[in-house]
Amino acid sequence: MFGQFGWHAITLLLLAARWTVLLSALAFALGGAAGFVVALLRTGRSPVLRGLSATYIEVVQGTPVLILLFVAYFGVALVGIDVPPLLAASIALTVFSSAYLGEIWRGCIDSIPRAQWEASESLAMTRWQQLRHIILPQAFRISLPPTVGFLVQLIKNTSVASLISMVELTREGQLIANATFRPLSTFVAVALIYFVLCFPLSKFSQTLERRLHVGRQS
Amino acid sequence: MYQFNFAPVIHYLPKLLAGALLTLTISSVAIALGFALGVTCAVLRDNGPSPVRMLVSIYVEAVRNTPFLVQLFIVYFALPTVGIKLTAVEAGLVAMVANLGAYAAEIVRAGMEAVHRLQLEAGAALGMSRLQILRHVVLPPAIEAVYPSLTSQFILMMLASSLLSAISVGELTGVAQLLDSLTFRSFEIYAAVGVLYVLITLLMKAAFQGIGYASFKRWRRLRTGPAWSFAPLKPLRRLWTNGRDA
Repeated sequence: MFGQFGWHAITLLLLAARWTVLLSALAFALGGAAGFVVALLRTGRSPVLRGLSATYIEVVQGTPVLILLFVAYFGVALVGIDVPPLLAASIALTVFSSAYLGEIWRGCIDSIPRAQWEASESLAMTRWQQLRHIILPQAFRISLPPTVGFLVQLIKNTSVASLISMVELTREGQLIANATFRPLSTFVAVALIYFVLCFPLSKFSQTLERRLHVGRQS
Repeated sequence: MYQFNFAPVIHYLPKLLAGALLTLTISSVAIALGFALGVTCAVLRDNGPSPVRMLVSIYVEAVRNTPFLVQLFIVYFALPTVGIKLTAVEAGLVAMVANLGAYAAEIVRAGMEAVHRLQLEAGAALGMSRLQILRHVVLPPAIEAVYPSLTSQFILMMLASSLLSAISVGELTGVAQLLDSLTFRSFEIYAAVGVLYVLITLLMKAAFQGIGYASFKRWRRLRTGPAWSFAPLKPLRRLWTNGRDA
């Protein structure tokens, strides 16, 4: 197709990076929605639901993304349909981000002083009103830096989708490296594109952290 | 309707366990070396001459903002083109150490920043050298303070070692891929491997907690260390403690 690593290859890499961005966006949106539910269950009143959501977090955080991906890929195939890699990757990364975001947001909700719950309860607010008007707005501010930080992790983890042959940035890099026999230039270019995607977000997360004066508890 | 069949998993369990052992071995070596590299980088980034500081910063940011898989491909596929040939296991280890070193550096540095300046002055007043202050005054409380973040990073590294299967290392995931191609029981095998990874994670968590108690006197004397518990069971504890603690 082409013998050397040049602008053509870089254009192909940039086009493939769109899939990386799309996959990250999908997993972040869906995983965010699911993670919100996980965080609410994890901080909720029912001990059974709290135990279940804690187990979910523990199991997903104890499994490599690659294994989640394989389980999703072959699990969906059991239903008998031909699985597009994008679908399997979206499912796996949604599960992945729901557990991590759920745990991050649980920490944010828990870090709101109990007195805030008590004060709002004394105003005869229902539990949902307490969450909606008192707790979540405060927790949201605290959650911004770690959430943006996690987005960086998510973007980097989409590279794993290359291992089920989804042609995103890393997979395109492999294909080009094989075609041009220039693995060094190719993978450094791939790394640079990831860097350009991730570095501004990392910096943004740090800026948010400083500006809000709510350093992540480490 | 699909019939689940876990017989191949049970039949090949010894192979899977051997893979799990390799995962543990590689991870342990990478964690030990990566931690040492991380502490060195954290110290250099704050105390070294300015070109060294800049180099360390570039290294840390470059690693933290690119995927581990790409780093692995660079070490395994790209370094041979400049004359550095490594076996798959060696390449995997190099990539893991380089990756963990950058994350550990950032975490340890946060811990060092949390040590009060007066502690340094007190050390200097006792006539300690800079190296002695670092060794006896700064690092111990710094590492104790960030120990939980550090150990979660170690566990993330162990999980990331599954990517070594992409360069044909026969660790747990590598064995799983082999068995998958032998038996075609993909779902069952990967589900079982997922369970094994969760078990390894729990094992490592317990081990790090033990190491923490052995290393930090304050945890033992003042009981400030984490309680021995399994997170998912914590909320359920109310059921048998009759709601006495949350």
